Amino acid sequence: MTPFTQIPRHIEEAVEKSSATTSRRDFLRTSGLLVVSFGVAPLIQGDAISAAAAQGATAGPYPDPDFRQLDSWIVIREDNTATFHVGKTDCGQGTGTAFRQIMSDELDIAYDRTSVVMGSTDVTVDQGGSGGSDALQTDGWPMRRVAAEARRVLLELASSRLAVPVDQLNVSDGVVSVAADASRRVTYGELIGGRRFNVTLTGNNIDATTGIAKLKPVQQLKMTGQSPRRDDIPPKVNGSLKWAVDARMPGMVHARNVKPPVAGAKLVSIDESSVRGVPGFVKVVSKGNYVAVVCEREEQAIQAARQLKVNWQKPASAPFPASDDLHKYIRAATPTSSGKPVIVGNPDAALAGAARMVEADYEVPFQGHNSIGPAHAMADPSNDQLTIYSNDMKSYGLRNGVAQFLEMPRDRVRVVWMEGPQAYGRTAADDAGFEAAFLAKEIGRPVRVQWMRQEETAWDTKGPAYAVKMRGGLDAQGNLVAFDYDARAADYNHLGYNEHDTVLIAQLTGMRRATPASGGAATPSEMYAIPNRRMTTSVVSLPLVWETPLRTGNLRDPNGPQVTFASESFVDELAAAANADPVEFRLRLLTAATDDDSGFKRARSIAVIKAAAEAYKWDARPSPRSIGSGDILTGRGIAYAYRSQTVVAQIAEVEVNRRTGHVWVKRFVCAHDCGLIINPEALRRTLEGGMLHSLSRALYEEVRFDTEKVVSVDWRSYPTMTHADTPASIDIVLVNGDPNPNRPDLPHYGAGETVCKPTFAAIGNAIYDATGVRIRRVPFRDERVRAALRAARV
Amino acid sequence: MTQFKYLDAMANITLNVNGAARTVDVDPSTPLLYVLRNDLELQGPRFGCGLGQCGACTVIIKGEAVRSCTRAVSSVQGAEVTTLEGLSRNGVLHPLQQAWIDEQVPACGFCQNGQIMTAKALLDRNPTPTDAQIRDGMAGTLCRCMTYYRIQAAIKRAAKVTA
Repeated sequence: MTPFTQIPRHIEEAVEKSSATTSRRDFLRTSGLLVVSFGVAPLIQGDAISAAAAQGATAGPYPDPDFRQLDSWIVIREDNTATFHVGKTDCGQGTGTAFRQIMSDELDIAYDRTSVVMGSTDVTVDQGGSGGSDALQTDGWPMRRVAAEARRVLLELASSRLAVPVDQLNVSDGVVSVAADASRRVTYGELIGGRRFNVTLTGNNIDATTGIAKLKPVQQLKMTGQSPRRDDIPPKVNGSLKWAVDARMPGMVHARNVKPPVAGAKLVSIDESSVRGVPGFVKVVSKGNYVAVVCEREEQAIQAARQLKVNWQKPASAPFPASDDLHKYIRAATPTSSGKPVIVGNPDAALAGAARMVEADYEVPFQGHNSIGPAHAMADPSNDQLTIYSNDMKSYGLRNGVAQFLEMPRDRVRVVWMEGPQAYGRTAADDAGFEAAFLAKEIGRPVRVQWMRQEETAWDTKGPAYAVKMRGGLDAQGNLVAFDYDARAADYNHLGYNEHDTVLIAQLTGMRRATPASGGAATPSEMYAIPNRRMTTSVVSLPLVWETPLRTGNLRDPNGPQVTFASESFVDELAAAANADPVEFRLRLLTAATDDDSGFKRARSIAVIKAAAEAYKWDARPSPRSIGSGDILTGRGIAYAYRSQTVVAQIAEVEVNRRTGHVWVKRFVCAHDCGLIINPEALRRTLEGGMLHSLSRALYEEVRFDTEKVVSVDWRSYPTMTHADTPASIDIVLVNGDPNPNRPDLPHYGAGETVCKPTFAAIGNAIYDATGVRIRRVPFRDERVRAALRAARV
Repeated sequence: MTQFKYLDAMANITLNVNGAARTVDVDPSTPLLYVLRNDLELQGPRFGCGLGQCGACTVIIKGEAVRSCTRAVSSVQGAEVTTLEGLSRNGVLHPLQQAWIDEQVPACGFCQNGQIMTAKALLDRNPTPTDAQIRDGMAGTLCRCMTYYRIQAAIKRAAKVTA
């Protein structure tokens, strides 16, 4: 398990030493949290998997920890250490570190005497796991409040113990002392170590959980704003970390799936004799169109899955258009649904009366998550229960979904969350977790399932393809007076969050929702004040709705890069049409007095754009620049976005090779405002990673398919950014643009996804600045750029 | 794609992994990766693609960074195999591992085995690589969290120690 889900060794040893009469296990058993769960796996030192397995035979059921009990959130030990239990998962952004920072601050205990347990369903309350960049923005609040409540309770206990009123006590690093006589002191561990708080909290839901203590003013938070190193990194670089892929136990077998060779194919028959001779062969399991082969050893299962002869019947009609025809199809299709139009002013009249009208169509293809490690999980069916060892970012949804899928009581299913290859939304549809659970129940043995690369790249959930039509009108002075946005997304039957009837095995085994999820197309979320604006959206369906490799899911800001590519590229087109500098043009659109919350949002937007321009040393001029004469053309582009109170502006500087069409983003500048920053260094890395992931999507990534199957199935056919593409410099500017930046209640907003929004547009705008050629479709692969330059005779 | 022909016969194969002789009873055509992971229970090398395209399974054999997912176990009998677990000496991390911590390189960290092992072979071959040589030498080792910028900084940091 990760250090986040383990008590650090020195703390373990201290507990052993300090509790001569109480063994660790007894302590855990009697602590508040564990009243429901004997000897919790993630807290056992050493091999968490065998520990959990050993308990599996006797433990359970696994009811939900009660979020209204303080003991479900915080355990304090006799040696004055604390463990925080939170219902989130850390996908490599350092959120577990940040949780410890804010909770140790509110509790007033030394950061290095704390640990955090995350994401395992029987020992942490259901805060939803990861998603929506809400770890601090939403879930950080109940964490802070319960820690503050624990501090309040501890101060009351100290008041009784020391016979001094609470207001005459000081507390620091878990030690309470009398203000007038510092020699009179007592530690948290002495006050409650090894015992329960037995304090009931209030709140209608987990997000609202609270005690009666007040939060500290942010100026009093000591660890907040610092950058303690992540404790999960050393075991990740020395090979000692046990990941979900490492989950194994005695008697475990290995499974591999056999997918339909073309989308929508029906299983006719399986010739099991084709694999009976494979050494270690255990069983072929099939239901509906789901087929898996189980063997004793992993390489045997791989071989058997390759070798199994299956007779499939192709569907009568093509499941989808070929990728080359996708956008033509999207524009011509009858929508399955349309969003409520957003209309400000009179856009038609304003467009008709504009001195100049600009029109453009933008296109984004399907893009995959393509995790570096394919989907995987291990499930143990011992004792009529299921324990699933999984890297699912939404482990709680997996647990609920599996219970429904297999018609088991929820409290007979638990998910032990472990680290995994993160895929930024992929495990919100945790196919392998469901498959491992299904197979384990079928076989009656622990089953480990892992997808192969080609399977993952072909069948993982896709970010929806978009076609966007833009129109804009400028008045005679070059002011933007009308803005018309019409987006179509191929997003019908969008997968949700591990619902039992949406994951692939559910579809392949024949489950059908009465009504597929309607999906959605999004609208720009910038804060521009434009007097006449219309934004319309609709969703279109591909012919094949179920059992399709083009199923859509959440991919790191699920619509943001697509929408912002269209809107922020088009704003650049308008700036060019107005012969205006792109930064000045945007600032003009943000300089508008309004009474509503937009004033606050615009002030922060302006601060961020100015910070980016200043860091870049942006010189004001219209785009494009005068085109150079050599092979390498350089240019710069800016784009900005707003999402859920987080603001980001990015400037990309590109080199475009006129001969080859190759684009290199030589320099990135990113200004970012997410309110109160908990851990600046972790934030910087999160922003870098998000920007470069989006760079990869902007330059390379596209799901290719013919009319019956996905044909981009590995790292050759679905290329990604490599070391060779890394920018020479990345400058991150962390901004606090709050109009009242020193307020004691400065909120912590989200980070992670907003940064992905503007990158496509920033790069596209830079290519335009360098070459004078506007490319309205990503990815900007060499051949597309080269063709566009040739067509424009650049 | 490399196809392995699985034979019926199992065979005793002796490997030299991280300085210790280990004998396993497996089909000789089994990719080394599965033997390291499932028989020797090592966790450094990981399955990423099984095609030799991503580098997550990288180990070092005779000084070369080798993709263990496409190397038959029988072909490495007797050769010294080093995995991520074998980089530290007497409990002291290799300078690359320390640099990875100092630069706080990993996001999810799943690919970092391949990044570190590929960098190790690179620095052993060329202790003072230029930026271009680092980019070129590392280009085939993929990271989907895109920690490349920090990886390159860590390699430069380690090179100052090892060169």
